[in-house]
Amino acid sequence: MSNIRAETIALFEPSIIGRGLRDAVVKLNPASLIANPVIFVTEVVAILTTLLGLRDALMGTGTAWFALSIGAWLWLTVLFATFAEAVAEGRGRARAESMRAARTDTLAHRLADPRDRDHFDNVAAPDLRAGDCVIVCAGELVPSDGEVIEGVASVNESAITGESAPVIREAGGDRSAVTGGTQLVSDWLVIRITASPGSTFLDRMIKLVEGAERRKTPNEIALDILLAGMTIIFLIAVVTLVGLADYSGTRLSVPVLAALLVTLIPTTIGGLLSAIGIAGMDRLVRFNVVATSGRAVEAAGDVDTLLLDKTGTITFGNRMAGSFIPATGVAEQTLAEACVLASVGDDTPEGRSILGFARDRYGIVPTPPAGASLVAFSANTRLSGLDHQGRAWRKGAVDSILSFVGTPAPAGVTEATERVARSGGTPLAVSVDGAVLGVIELKDVVKPGIRARFAELRRMGIRTVMVTGDNRVTAAAIATEAGVDDFIAEATPQDKLDYIRRVQAEGRLVAMAGDGTNDAPALAQADVGVAMQTGTQAAREAGNMVDLDSDPTKLIEVVEIGKQLLITRGALTTFSIANDVSKYFAILPAIFVATYPGLAALNVMRLASPQSAILSAVIFNALIIVALVPLALRGVRFSPMGAAALLRRNLLIYGLGGLVAPFIGIKLIDLLLNALGLFQG
Amino acid sequence: MTIAGWLQIALVLGVVAAAAIPLGSYSARLMQGGRTWLHPLLGPVERACYRLAGIDPTAPMGWRGYLGALLIFNAAHFLLLYAMLRLQGLLPLNPQAVAAMSPRLAFNTAISFVTNTNWQAYSGESGVSYFTQMLGLTVHNFLSAASGIAAAFAVARAFAAGGVTSLGNFWADMVRATLYILLPLTVMLTIILIAAGVPQTLAAYPVATTLQGAHQVIALGPIAFQEAIKLLGTNGGGFLNANSAHPFEDPSALITMIECVALTLIPFSLPFAFGEVVGDRRQGRALFLVMFILVIAAVAACYAAEAAANPLLTGIDPTGGNMEGKETRFGIALSSLFAVLTTGTSCGAVNAMHDSFMPLGGMVVLFMIQLGEVLPGGVGSGLYGILVFALLAVFVAGLMVGRTPEYLGKKVQAREVKLAMLAVLILPLTILGGTAISLVTASGLGSLANAGPHGLTEMLYGWSSAAGNNGSAFAGLSADTGLLDWGLAGAMLLGRFATLVPIMALAGSLAQKPKLAGGAGTFPTHGPLFVGLLIGVILILGGLQFLPALSLGPLAEQFAMLSGTSY
Repeated sequence: MSNIRAETIALFEPSIIGRGLRDAVVKLNPASLIANPVIFVTEVVAILTTLLGLRDALMGTGTAWFALSIGAWLWLTVLFATFAEAVAEGRGRARAESMRAARTDTLAHRLADPRDRDHFDNVAAPDLRAGDCVIVCAGELVPSDGEVIEGVASVNESAITGESAPVIREAGGDRSAVTGGTQLVSDWLVIRITASPGSTFLDRMIKLVEGAERRKTPNEIALDILLAGMTIIFLIAVVTLVGLADYSGTRLSVPVLAALLVTLIPTTIGGLLSAIGIAGMDRLVRFNVVATSGRAVEAAGDVDTLLLDKTGTITFGNRMAGSFIPATGVAEQTLAEACVLASVGDDTPEGRSILGFARDRYGIVPTPPAGASLVAFSANTRLSGLDHQGRAWRKGAVDSILSFVGTPAPAGVTEATERVARSGGTPLAVSVDGAVLGVIELKDVVKPGIRARFAELRRMGIRTVMVTGDNRVTAAAIATEAGVDDFIAEATPQDKLDYIRRVQAEGRLVAMAGDGTNDAPALAQADVGVAMQTGTQAAREAGNMVDLDSDPTKLIEVVEIGKQLLITRGALTTFSIANDVSKYFAILPAIFVATYPGLAALNVMRLASPQSAILSAVIFNALIIVALVPLALRGVRFSPMGAAALLRRNLLIYGLGGLVAPFIGIKLIDLLLNALGLFQG
Repeated sequence: MTIAGWLQIALVLGVVAAAAIPLGSYSARLMQGGRTWLHPLLGPVERACYRLAGIDPTAPMGWRGYLGALLIFNAAHFLLLYAMLRLQGLLPLNPQAVAAMSPRLAFNTAISFVTNTNWQAYSGESGVSYFTQMLGLTVHNFLSAASGIAAAFAVARAFAAGGVTSLGNFWADMVRATLYILLPLTVMLTIILIAAGVPQTLAAYPVATTLQGAHQVIALGPIAFQEAIKLLGTNGGGFLNANSAHPFEDPSALITMIECVALTLIPFSLPFAFGEVVGDRRQGRALFLVMFILVIAAVAACYAAEAAANPLLTGIDPTGGNMEGKETRFGIALSSLFAVLTTGTSCGAVNAMHDSFMPLGGMVVLFMIQLGEVLPGGVGSGLYGILVFALLAVFVAGLMVGRTPEYLGKKVQAREVKLAMLAVLILPLTILGGTAISLVTASGLGSLANAGPHGLTEMLYGWSSAAGNNGSAFAGLSADTGLLDWGLAGAMLLGRFATLVPIMALAGSLAQKPKLAGGAGTFPTHGPLFVGLLIGVILILGGLQFLPALSLGPLAEQFAMLSGTSY
């Protein structure tokens, strides 16, 4: 099911384009188009212009072809806008189709009594109600979302996450949630259903990616109002111009007024606004994160404080060897060799990290002598090692080693042990033949590159906060190493909640990731809460996004996707408004040059004739929508930098670019129209 | 253009900028309830005012309460002034026995003074008595200006804190703005004007015998005091019909320079006060710079246009520039400067005939009004006006930093955008709508003295001046006609109050929002980038609305003039 990932859906896949064209025509219905005031006005004007053009054509008036070509391009303007939206929806729909395949109508084994696994009746999965209990066995599909109340099983969740490695699901704890449509690979589970029919996680996800339940986000609503306001302003400017022109001795025809109005109102952003929003959600889905609302995606862009769990996000999940500290009088190389031999038999991640560290730092390749017997690590002895020809190498917890060798710690070992413990590490002792040679320091290893990542976030104005159960000393050491701005040590769920509230009271917006039930209050309190798909149902309900890969690191990318969405919206709005300046220089001289020949001086583009000037402006205005569809769908390129630098760059590209580009575009179209000989005679 | 001319302009603008900073911080301290060095003197007066009127100056007012008080106060004063204008024939202090104004003209005049417009469809010498001048018009010059200052501070407070409902106390703001800001400055300027020879008398008009032996009635009156508040309060209504072109209002080049300072001082100080109120001086400085840079650009454009002679006039020395309609004691530089400042503020006092400016020079002053009277705008109205533009600029471009837009820690959302757009819509609706209707009706056309694009400019200027609450006249327009008296009064009302209502609602909405902390990720609104952006937004928004109309007026006239046609 990894085909739900967007990499496989080309920007303009033929099937999507075909369906998009059909949908684009359906969307011309004024009743639905009225939700988009700018494009609705364009359509009304297009209808008017076309009708007048047809009337002129029937009555044989000379200018009919002009009115009809203006009308045709106005229709194309509307069509391009609806097409952009249709294509964006099509891409989401393609993903939804593949998800829908996972939603099969299996038979569920409903238990009359959850404690009695042997008596059940078979019901169709859609008939299950919240509160019903079912038993699912190996090879069967989980019929609906629910909570494991008994049993342990491995579950293949690739239908949801695209990840084929099975995960463990068990009753109690943070791994008790199962999702409808996933498949048990082994064992059995008793599940209490938590979702009502039609509102399972999969159902909601399909609706979300399809955009079926798409509601305008707060920022979209605000932008719509601005665009509607600008449309009204230009309506005023164009309608009153009739009176002003009349006084000046110019009669303005409807096609000319229509052209002026439509090129001035912000059709570019009006036409692309909803496509940008849908595509933003889509980018998130492609990233295997599902947001429960567009509002959450916007909020992600606003976040300026990230709460990140230490383990798994900032550090690797396991502690690793960080240094070998020899006892007084022991050579470091000797200790390293002893460490390797003592760890050959230790298959835990810690043991492997010791071998890796020795290889990288001391160039020692583990070569256990022939005939040696390995002593594996066990939780009872807390030791591992190797015996060979009467000699014994051992490595383990310091007190275990000391009782194993039966002598007090030699000089330097006690100090080293204390120092390691103080700095937040775990000390292990190493002995050979009854003598303690030194100490291995196991510590949290900060993921490579994470420090640079945090520095990047800081430049973007985002503070990072590390959350850990470690004590303050340990936490402070790791915090310094990772370069986070703040940390919460010995964090309890209540601590997290309090911290979020305090930071919010300072006027900041907080994002966090979490999976446990006790994370739920904090997830709900945070402005953006990303719940892990492997987490509990409570956590998934509390968050406003679910990460299907259960990778808390992705919080950072979620924020970037939110920012990219907003930047794309702002860039195209700025571009759209900046475009207007050139249109005045194309159309105003064209319509008034007959009355005031001096106004030809405003025709800075030297457009060939008034009619070709007006038509060129209208054509440019329509084509720019199509030209920007890929940008709207893909999003403006985002690179992490401070707001000031970002603004400068985008203002230059989309503000200044928006001022200049149409001058060139309109001129080119005018040259082309005249080269085609459309305006002779 | 001459070096001397530029030096005069630089001197005036330099003094304004230097004086605006301390006045801004003084006003901020005062309006936030702090003590100033005038408190020992005026404190008892202030407290007496509160006691007399039964006001608790610390009582908080939400935006509805604040706006309600402001509207009721202004409505009451409108009625009082209207009554005074209708009854002035029966009232004392009327040595010239001026009769009552017609209801239509009285309505227009009363509206004009309540809205801080001071559009004068009447003639000061013959139309109003001393009593009306002093107790009606002068008093309103104070009150309308103080209303503007009060509203500006109410709006500023909305940005200062998070999660509050109160915008301050309207009555306390009115008393403080009048008593501590307007009154002391007016008294100072009055003394300067009297020293320069501006009359301040209640005597009847003397009759002089001219050298040719003719008899001439010389209009006098308590001019100096009203002249001072006319400028300081950006009211602009002259005691005399010729306004500051009359030597009794503005006797010399030095005085006209002082008048230029006076009419821009308070508007330019308010952005600095805003910076203090919101606790970040850089924010105020950025707004000031936007205003200041655009004013300098406009002065340069206007001066350049006027310094060139009319190419249609032959046989004169072209280096003299366009002196038509200008006073020789001021010259071209100071006339251009005064014209730009009086239109950039919503003052509307004039020391030269804007109608006689070159087409492009006239377009500059007209465009200054159409840009929304925010450069630096009227006292108070300029500040709250430019804040609306700042919100819109932040809303459009702010998204490009990847956050939903916020200004000074306040999120700009649907409600704010709606209210800001409502406020912005009024100007094009009134100006373009009024002009278009006037130009296609016989009644409107009858008011025009000139034909062609010049006539269109005259009409456009009239409606712009009224809607922008400027009050200056392009002349050439007979304004005391049915359509224009009522229509322009409506435009003045809309321009003042139909923008103020949404702006106060906007302030109320912003005040309640939490104040978000800024950082490296938030849109910086204090640097040169924002200054440039806001300038661009003001120019593009204004240009997009009015370029079609301007191209049929001054632009068409300019190009026609270059090809040898005049209107």
